[in-house]
Amino acid sequence: MDLAVDVAGLKLKNPILTASGTYGFGVEFSAFGDLAALGGIVAKGLSLKPREGNPMPRIAETPCGMLNAIGIQNPGVEAFVDKILPAMPWKETAVVANLYACDAQEFGELAGILAAEQGIAALEVNVSCPNVSQGGALFGADPGQIARVTEAVKNKAGTKPVWVKLSPNVTDVAVCARAAEQGGADALSLINTLTGMAVDARTRRPRLANVVGGLSGPAIKPVALRCVHQAVQAVSIPVVGIGGISCAEDVLEFLLVGAHAVQVGTANFLRPDFAFRLVDELEEMVQSLRLSSWEEYRGSLEIGN
Amino acid sequence: MLKKVCREVTVEKMLPFGQSARVGEFFELRFENPGWSGWRPGQFVMIRPSDWDQSLIWGRPFSISRVSEAENTVSVFFQSVGRGTGRMAQLAPGDKVTVWGPLGNSFAMEPDTPTLLLAGGVGIAPFVGYAEQHPHPEKLELVFAHRLPRECYPYEDFAACTHSCLEEHSPDDLPRIIDTLQHKVREYRDGLILCCGPTPFMRTVQTAALKVGARAQVSLENRMACGVGACLGCVCKDGKGHHVQTCTRGPVFWAQDVTL
Repeated sequence: MDLAVDVAGLKLKNPILTASGTYGFGVEFSAFGDLAALGGIVAKGLSLKPREGNPMPRIAETPCGMLNAIGIQNPGVEAFVDKILPAMPWKETAVVANLYACDAQEFGELAGILAAEQGIAALEVNVSCPNVSQGGALFGADPGQIARVTEAVKNKAGTKPVWVKLSPNVTDVAVCARAAEQGGADALSLINTLTGMAVDARTRRPRLANVVGGLSGPAIKPVALRCVHQAVQAVSIPVVGIGGISCAEDVLEFLLVGAHAVQVGTANFLRPDFAFRLVDELEEMVQSLRLSSWEEYRGSLEIGN
Repeated sequence: MLKKVCREVTVEKMLPFGQSARVGEFFELRFENPGWSGWRPGQFVMIRPSDWDQSLIWGRPFSISRVSEAENTVSVFFQSVGRGTGRMAQLAPGDKVTVWGPLGNSFAMEPDTPTLLLAGGVGIAPFVGYAEQHPHPEKLELVFAHRLPRECYPYEDFAACTHSCLEEHSPDDLPRIIDTLQHKVREYRDGLILCCGPTPFMRTVQTAALKVGARAQVSLENRMACGVGACLGCVCKDGKGHHVQTCTRGPVFWAQDVTL
């Protein structure tokens, strides 16, 4: 079976992308496998100006997961376009840019710059980062803002597909999904991290300097599956599933509830060749289960009798 | 640049150190060489035991202590302190570990320059291989500061170079140790100073070195998730106050290029 998928007009050679913030700009992992084998790479979140990010410590390991509060440290869109993108394998695999800004106008400006780049296959709008004081998840919890930001990006995105990355830290993810769709999103990606916290009972200190951070890893997979399921039911645009995927069977689970593709994040820290091995593992599993096509398998979850 | 590889390899030996300390606290872990084309002292390796379930996600970073051609093994030295190293202490020969490396940059090596090695506690680990690879070990002097008994650490491996110990028994010893470090740094003002240890220890050395204009390098340790520069979880501040990855821009920094 051909593993290729089509996400809102963007052709991917397989449904596995690497999630923003966990895979740098891809090139960090080139020693450990062939980046061309991946369905795509979602680059580290970019802002108009460079950002230093949050103070240290920024990461903490938790049972079956981790917390992070990096704070979107990035070199800024200009340095990305001039220096980093040319070194990325955009001819061999889909490079998706991840956008972070503090208001709809800035989001639009950022989208305009990135949409002009041949190497960018799609734009992913981050309205769900829990680790920044402005924008981020504040937008993500407000359907009106999600729609406005999506529209602003879509207006400047030209022909590039726009994905909106949603937060699970909301009362009803379906409402947010519909808001993004109404704003003109071509696809949704979810979930971003769940807000969380870890403290040290002995030293009486928080484990992250930012006190709160975003929880990711296998611990959040059930929440992610539920959110993806709800989003798929709520909209007619494709959904890219994210959250705790650490094996091929997990990939299939997300496709089963209706995702067109998936992103793998925290599992890349299990070993740096994780994503490459996952593609191979998925191919083997698809064969052993004798699946006939993604169209047949996607969303084929059988509920009830 | 040395090629990085990620492989699953076999644990060859677990050598406990320092039976007078808490049993099961200090180990040298030797594993099969994953096919490295080379390495340089100061570099590190990420290790994740293959039987870890997903309750622990990250590999753990360790300074490479030595690479033995004869045994075809790589050694790291570690102290069991947390959940990860605690479980690593249970490893036995024949167990599998996933390792990626060699990672990061390395210590300066200037064969003819008198070189001072300042090690604090388990910070002695990278200097084992440094002293072995140095073409003129007689140019090296190790000063080793430690709290637990000396036999907890691979101190015996420094027979070929000048070596001395600074044992901290009580907080009263601290001013004496700081004073000795400052003196030693002044003595090596025209040489090369390499330092690895706890942050306050390195800060003392950094401050002293900057004050007298000595050339000094410090080797940092931070929590790491990826080890390859992607996650930005391990950053430190460079000389200009910008966040840079400890794993790829370091772990070794010139004293003037890092804020401790």
